[in-house]
Amino acid sequence: MARAITPQRKALNTAIAWTFGIMIFFPILWTVLTSFKTEAQAIADPPVFLFFNWTTENYTTVLERSNYFRHFWNSVVISVGSTVLGLIIAVPAAWAMAFVPGKRTKDVLMWMLSTKMLPPVGVLVPIYLIFRDIGLLDTKTGLVIVLTLINLPIIVWMLYTYFKEIPVDILEAARMDGASLRNEVTYVLLPMAVPGIASTMLLNIILAWNEAFWTLNLTAAKAAPLTAFIASYSSPEGLFYAKLSAASTMAIAPILIMGWFSQKQLVRGLTFGAVK
Amino acid sequence: MTNTTRALLGATALSVVAMAASAQDTTLTIATVNNGDMIRMQGLTENFTSENPGIAIEWVTLEENVLRQRVTQDIATNGGQFDVMTIGTYEVPIWAAQDWLLPLDNMPAEWDQADFLPAIASGLTADDKLFAAPFYGESSMVMYRKDLMEAAGMEMPDEPTWDEIKAAAEAMTDEENEVYGICLRGKAGWGENMAFLTAMSNSYGARWFDEEWNAQFDSDAWKNTLTDYLELMNTYGPPGASSNGFNENLALFQQGKCGMWIDATVAASFVTNPDDSNVADQVGFALAPDNGLGKRGNWLWAWTLGIPAGTDAPEEAKKFVAWATSKGYTELVASEEGWANVPPGTRTSLYENQEYLDAAPFAEMTLASINAADPKNPTVDPVPYTGVQFVAIPEFQGIATAVGQQFAAALAGQISAEEALANAQNLTQREIDRAGYGE
Repeated sequence: MARAITPQRKALNTAIAWTFGIMIFFPILWTVLTSFKTEAQAIADPPVFLFFNWTTENYTTVLERSNYFRHFWNSVVISVGSTVLGLIIAVPAAWAMAFVPGKRTKDVLMWMLSTKMLPPVGVLVPIYLIFRDIGLLDTKTGLVIVLTLINLPIIVWMLYTYFKEIPVDILEAARMDGASLRNEVTYVLLPMAVPGIASTMLLNIILAWNEAFWTLNLTAAKAAPLTAFIASYSSPEGLFYAKLSAASTMAIAPILIMGWFSQKQLVRGLTFGAVK
Repeated sequence: MTNTTRALLGATALSVVAMAASAQDTTLTIATVNNGDMIRMQGLTENFTSENPGIAIEWVTLEENVLRQRVTQDIATNGGQFDVMTIGTYEVPIWAAQDWLLPLDNMPAEWDQADFLPAIASGLTADDKLFAAPFYGESSMVMYRKDLMEAAGMEMPDEPTWDEIKAAAEAMTDEENEVYGICLRGKAGWGENMAFLTAMSNSYGARWFDEEWNAQFDSDAWKNTLTDYLELMNTYGPPGASSNGFNENLALFQQGKCGMWIDATVAASFVTNPDDSNVADQVGFALAPDNGLGKRGNWLWAWTLGIPAGTDAPEEAKKFVAWATSKGYTELVASEEGWANVPPGTRTSLYENQEYLDAAPFAEMTLASINAADPKNPTVDPVPYTGVQFVAIPEFQGIATAVGQQFAAALAGQISAEEALANAQNLTQREIDRAGYGE
């Protein structure tokens, strides 16, 4: 039986939710607003909120100075490439661990997760040297490989969790009907796991899009994605906050729009299995 | 369209592509920082490439700390990602000693190496060879509000002492109207509060190490330095100063909230720019203060262009460095953007140019500040290192950032000055012993 909620309580809950929502979103809103100010207005004290002379000059300057579309394309290739490669490896791995577990499956899962506990800087120099020797520095291929490896534990874990929610009886029924392993995975498992796979894919694209440590350290001019584009507008000796905000807005806009349109799938996937 | 026509068109297109490729057969990748002068240089790249049709330029612009880590990692591993690197006076002597940089020899005669300011060039020279070309140079000086000084009935001398600075800070402080007598760097970091405090300590007779590499934070000179700094900032400084670096103080000064600001000479062009500064026509300049001991509290820094030893295109890289640091480049910037925007602090001839002196009211004080710093003899007592606001050893970045955190904590009131100095002494001695200096 549903618990009765008074209108006052409902209004209070709504107000609290809106307050938290605005607090979380405010830095992004402020960045967007600052991108339309002059540099002098960007540092004004007291700060100006909405009533200032709106200008698109910062965007013009940023587009003139940088090759935004090259950085954007690099970000797309790196984030989508690492996600697709990660899924190709993770789907069979998660299937095996969810439906044909061995004695050490849990240990393997924990070991995979433990690789996320190592600070990335600890392996930066070895990876840099390997990449130098095999010619992968400043290449999109190199970054796709690195980001796939970095995000693989999360992809495997998420898919494993989703697959565990699927009743094994359905797969057994498919087998009894004569389905091959490939058909079982393709026609039975994957359609049932689509929400989970979609949310894993979206989350991984977001993680890869925003990854800054490896993308800054392993690239120079050719493969630098939007994280490097933002870094090029930060200056400790000069007030360029409005231009930095314009660059940041341009860098986050694509992923923000993608997240906005796919939020239903994202939320459904992330809460998959939470309520039975 | 017939197959023959298609084939001919295809062959023509391929030939055009091949010709274009052979015409631009060398691409220089240049790492730099996002400072105004560097951005201007990027905007003028076409002038270089049109004069040198076989060379194309790819820019990698990064935030200073990211750039420093990125280029250090690349040059130390011989990664070969960059052909020209923007590096500071801190890196040049260390990297030159490691043979990581190519010496700038066989440069064209019109480049006129002898024209570089001796104070700047000496920090970039090892074994009589120049290892990086200065792109712009800076020292630090006092920037003050002439109107506030006048209202207080005071006059700022061209060569003030620390006592005169204290008196001026007291006279100009008006907390009710949010005007603070003095703004100084407080944010922790070897290039932040420690750049200022190390330079300040030189004028108090302090030093980082004695000649046997013993840390000197237990000396009276350091105690006096830190005590006076904390008194100035706690009594006459803005609130929350322990998180203020160059940009935060620049914003405060431009909004008219600082009576004085002692910082990089490059800030002079920002605070006197009426587009950005509310006090542009009220700014005066003076040399960094002293205590009558023969050393002033000003630093010396230059952003330079160096060529890593691992580059595949040393000759093309030299051509670019020669172009970007030439007198011709200065004239190019002047013709495109005015004399006030030319990179300062590198060439003697610039300070003999009346057009520049007329356009930049801070030019003479900048030159005097640069000349007042000596990186080979930075302190009152002798030291085993070079560098005015830094110690040119690889370990300095880590040590000075840790010391800077202690001093920032003292400024924030979390620990006392005595505790900060004791902690600084212990950690510095420990690290320098570990590194094997003085053995």
